[in-house]
Amino acid sequence: MKPFEYTRLSKDDLATGTIPIDSTFLAGGTNLVDLMKYGVEEPNSIADVGELPYNQIEESASGLMLGALVTNADTAYHPTVKNKYPLLNKAILSAASAQLRNRATNGGNLLQRTRCYYFYDTAMPCNKREPGSGCAAVNGFNRIHAILGTSASCIATHPSDMCVALAALEAKVHVLRKGDSLVIPFDQLHRLPGNQPEKDHNLLPGDLITHIELPEEGFSGNFEYLKIRDRESYAFALVSVAACLKLSEGRIEDIRVALGGVAHKPWKLKEVEQEYIGKAASPELFQSLAEKLTRGAQGFGTNDFKIPLVKRAIVRALTNALNPA
Amino acid sequence: MNTHQVHFTVNGEPVQVSIEPWTTLLDYLRYHQKLTGTKKGCDHGQCGACTVLVDGNSVNSCLCLLVSLDGKEITTIEGLGTPDNLSSAQQIFIEEDAYQCGYCTPGQICSSIAMRKRGEIHSEADLKDWMSGNLCRCAAYKNITKAARRIYEES
Amino acid sequence: MPNIGNKQQRVDGPLKVSGQATYTADIASPFYHAYVLQSSIACGSIMELDTSAAEAFTGVKAIFTHKNLPERLKNMVDYTDPLSPPGTPFRPFYNDKILYNGQPIALVVAETFEQARYASRLIKVTYEQKEFKGSLEENLKNASADRAPEPASNRGDFEKAFKNSDVSITQEYRQSRNYHNPMEPHATSVVYKDDGSIVVYDKIQGVASSLKYLNGVFGLAADKVQVKSDFVGGAFGSGLRPQYQLFMATLASLELKHNVQMVMTRAQMFSFGYRPEVIHTMKLGCSKDGTLQALSHHTVGETSTFEDFNETIVDWSGLLYKCENVNLEYKLTPVQSYTPLDMRAPGGVSGVYALECAMDDLAHKAGIDPLEFRRKNYVDYDQNEDKPFTSKELRACYDRCEELFGWKNRKDKTTNESHVRTGFGMATGSWEALQQKASVSLTMDATGKFTLKCATADIGTGTYTVMSQIAADKLGVPLDHIDFKLGDTAFPDSPIEGGSWTVSSVGSAVAGVCKKFQYRIADVWKRKYPDYQDAAFEDITFEEGNLEYDSKSFSFTEIMQQASKEELSISHNEAPAEGQDTHSGYAHCCVMVEVSIDKELGVIKVPRITNVSAAGKIINPKTAENQLLGAMVWGLGMALREEGMVDTRYGRVMNANFAEYHIAVNADVHDVHTEFVEEKDDKVNPLGAKGVGELGIVGLASAISNAIFDATGKRLTKLPMLLDDVLEV
Repeated sequence: MKPFEYTRLSKDDLATGTIPIDSTFLAGGTNLVDLMKYGVEEPNSIADVGELPYNQIEESASGLMLGALVTNADTAYHPTVKNKYPLLNKAILSAASAQLRNRATNGGNLLQRTRCYYFYDTAMPCNKREPGSGCAAVNGFNRIHAILGTSASCIATHPSDMCVALAALEAKVHVLRKGDSLVIPFDQLHRLPGNQPEKDHNLLPGDLITHIELPEEGFSGNFEYLKIRDRESYAFALVSVAACLKLSEGRIEDIRVALGGVAHKPWKLKEVEQEYIGKAASPELFQSLAEKLTRGAQGFGTNDFKIPLVKRAIVRALTNALNPA
Repeated sequence: MNTHQVHFTVNGEPVQVSIEPWTTLLDYLRYHQKLTGTKKGCDHGQCGACTVLVDGNSVNSCLCLLVSLDGKEITTIEGLGTPDNLSSAQQIFIEEDAYQCGYCTPGQICSSIAMRKRGEIHSEADLKDWMSGNLCRCAAYKNITKAARRIYEES
Repeated sequence: MPNIGNKQQRVDGPLKVSGQATYTADIASPFYHAYVLQSSIACGSIMELDTSAAEAFTGVKAIFTHKNLPERLKNMVDYTDPLSPPGTPFRPFYNDKILYNGQPIALVVAETFEQARYASRLIKVTYEQKEFKGSLEENLKNASADRAPEPASNRGDFEKAFKNSDVSITQEYRQSRNYHNPMEPHATSVVYKDDGSIVVYDKIQGVASSLKYLNGVFGLAADKVQVKSDFVGGAFGSGLRPQYQLFMATLASLELKHNVQMVMTRAQMFSFGYRPEVIHTMKLGCSKDGTLQALSHHTVGETSTFEDFNETIVDWSGLLYKCENVNLEYKLTPVQSYTPLDMRAPGGVSGVYALECAMDDLAHKAGIDPLEFRRKNYVDYDQNEDKPFTSKELRACYDRCEELFGWKNRKDKTTNESHVRTGFGMATGSWEALQQKASVSLTMDATGKFTLKCATADIGTGTYTVMSQIAADKLGVPLDHIDFKLGDTAFPDSPIEGGSWTVSSVGSAVAGVCKKFQYRIADVWKRKYPDYQDAAFEDITFEEGNLEYDSKSFSFTEIMQQASKEELSISHNEAPAEGQDTHSGYAHCCVMVEVSIDKELGVIKVPRITNVSAAGKIINPKTAENQLLGAMVWGLGMALREEGMVDTRYGRVMNANFAEYHIAVNADVHDVHTEFVEEKDDKVNPLGAKGVGELGIVGLASAISNAIFDATGKRLTKLPMLLDDVLEV
């Protein structure tokens, strides 16, 4: 990989507000080091945030605060997460491998980059990696690519499972920006590609994710994380669905559906969910929600199958959430 | 020289080195420590051949920059047992013929041990999922599963 | 207790589980590290190649390209290896021409791997690109039978018989490209000695192949180079030919007069050979009662523009079932790619895939149970060669597999998951049982310990263990008295480890050298103990390191002492017996699978695979079973997972990594089971043993395809079969 300057940030740096804005942050490194070896990322300087004090999971007044530096595994296996947020537990454990979950951090998971074949291959054109070079995926292999919210310049997907659960739970992302704390609703963290696909998210250079806040409601009674992939473990989602229901005598009090593997960000439409509040849960209702949530879906050839697949996955996930095992 | 001080232990021995920041734990173990039992299979966290234990947890050493492991306890396959004095986990892999070419084996054994430590296996599916982070192209999976289960239950 | 037939633990197990088994990249020496820069286009030539920035980078020792390749490597140089197909082998840096995407175009040698890799990115390359056709499909019109070897002769009158068949099918089947991807990447470590000689540690399935290549390319005489390979981290065919890292590391070592190591990256493991994409056209016809009457199998396969790689594909269709009217055709077409390479059960796995899917289809159309259909068309002799088999217990495999799997009552099984469809499928598998020439040396020392040497390899198959077992029994000594050494060109010749012939070839040579030892020690004994000089060899037995005669026991060490000998050495060459070619040798198996398919989501799972094999004498059921199981998982991977995705616009493999080229993981493997039936064979080789390394993959993809048909009514005719293929839209 390209040689780089390395600094390790300490608590003192936080106090003095000397968080560098021109460095790339390193936490677990499971995605960054991978990309640096391929030459996809070539930072000149790296700031290791591993020793900053964001490595705890703590109950808060409004829910649970997940430190950005807690590993995915420690998060999934945390007793409160297992009991109160089983959706998050299931989503995390469906992702990657035990080894990666043991090393990857919560903050890093939010910022992992797409698995698009052309993004990863520096010999190929890719607007996300090299703005203006073109998109080879649109007319190439796009079986793993997006069907919603795409643009002419990029059809990449966000590859995280954890983020799909966090989107469904309507988590909040706590960010340190120039010494100030900032809270970003989860659906405003990631963005659609538009004509700037090089930007995966709305953070600014120097912004540091410190915590992920889970709201009080964990939907532990009626939830499902359904992941459809090409092998039974250790594969990215072709399509995934995080589904949560809160029911009262068969009627929907609250409903959340977030989709993975279909867009540049976890796909969730609050306005669609709202339409179903107060209605009686049924397969037909779920079918109708699936149609509305995926309205405008567009395939690019080899990913056309995702359109019917994701609709069925939504219905299945909601049905499973309705009838927990 | 762009080097940084790091302290850690390898198989119980304290180590202090001054190292270039792009050196991965895997390359450090193999090139600097000559601990070549830890293998490079993909160098991108996609195969598990490089699995070692960091504070008892299994990680892909190919994706860990050594500079970020200050204060950690690192255990490699060589720290578990030697041919003349094998650990029970290593012995179980031999008894179950849980390998063929042997290249992925050190990583498989480290993953099995980390699985036991974490103690979160509640079903056969959990076990197979945990062990899926270690590819075996010889596909000795049936025997690897048997061995990993014995390590989880017996030792 | 005899060792042969015993479930012996691997003798190299303690080294493997403790990280002490030294693979090629584990050799401890101060190496320079070499990294290859690959072309980013598939066809054309290099216009400019500026290495100045790379040369100036920290730690860089040298850069080799077509511009500075030593002249002597261009003139009168032989780049072939023992398994080169017809054509011109790839010659690295030979000129500025680009033959395929991913071609090595520069070699950077530096003090560390990381320096070499990064410096390679500083090399500036400009190309002149040429138009090309990147896929088999686009090149079909160039398919030619002249480039391929002729298949087995046609027989009968296919056209007439096909037309007169009561039931017939015509179907095309396609297989995508597969890459070997052993866990150990290809690597070469060259140790440079002061006298200018080199010791080359290479990842190879036979050190003799590397030696032949080094002799031809670098003109290194046998006394200037030794090739070693103690442990091979899997190969599956990828080590049947020397790969380009051998050239690279050797070139750099000789030019720099320094130790050099080159280890391929995983991405580079997709930059050489592969199992080729093929398209089969099958036409089968049978009578109402299910008698096979006509069979035609035509296949087109891809090769490179510079070598005509071929496999034995269509011949399997002339072999497996009784059929009087057979028409076989095999063509090759060049694509802009590297040359394909034999991969586990090459040809067989492809030919039998198409045949066994077609047989299932025909059985279904004829309304006959697929197992009964195969029994009905069973054949006891090799129709291609018009020879009897050395043995064939396939019928017993069918019977046992039927019983184990519960084939008759398979449909009774119900599932309580309403959205899951269950299906069952079966297939026949077969692989050649060949014997090649092999040589082994044996030395017994004064303590009664034996060292046997042979230049063969252990690629995970268990060669160390199995040869030790054979030697222990054939000598009459305990297993721990045997030290079997391999993987060194200083040792007696061996065929390359491939074709499932190592037990048969090297094992027979081991048995031969042990028999010779027994004669020798008996001679010494008779000379030193004159009372027994008339003892007949047949009346002597050998057990636990003793020669036993007439209720008396003489230890080998005692006999050695009497003869004042420090050690006793002999060697032996074993070749197939005279007249062995009057019979055809094949191993056979039957495989049955259960699939479950999610009706709405298309997710395909394989809860159960049962294989029953007939493979002669099984020397070590533990390692043999492991190989069968591994091959079965390979079959699953081939059927449902693996696809080398070549973007034909660029001729480039787009999933050259383990995250997107999906080999099966632990969680994909559920109930997999294998058993052997008894098969006595006194003709195939002196051991009566047939290899099992390849057998288990043959037929499996078809069994899964057939089970998917059973579950869905949809006949998938391509590999891999993915969830989008069964998704009902």
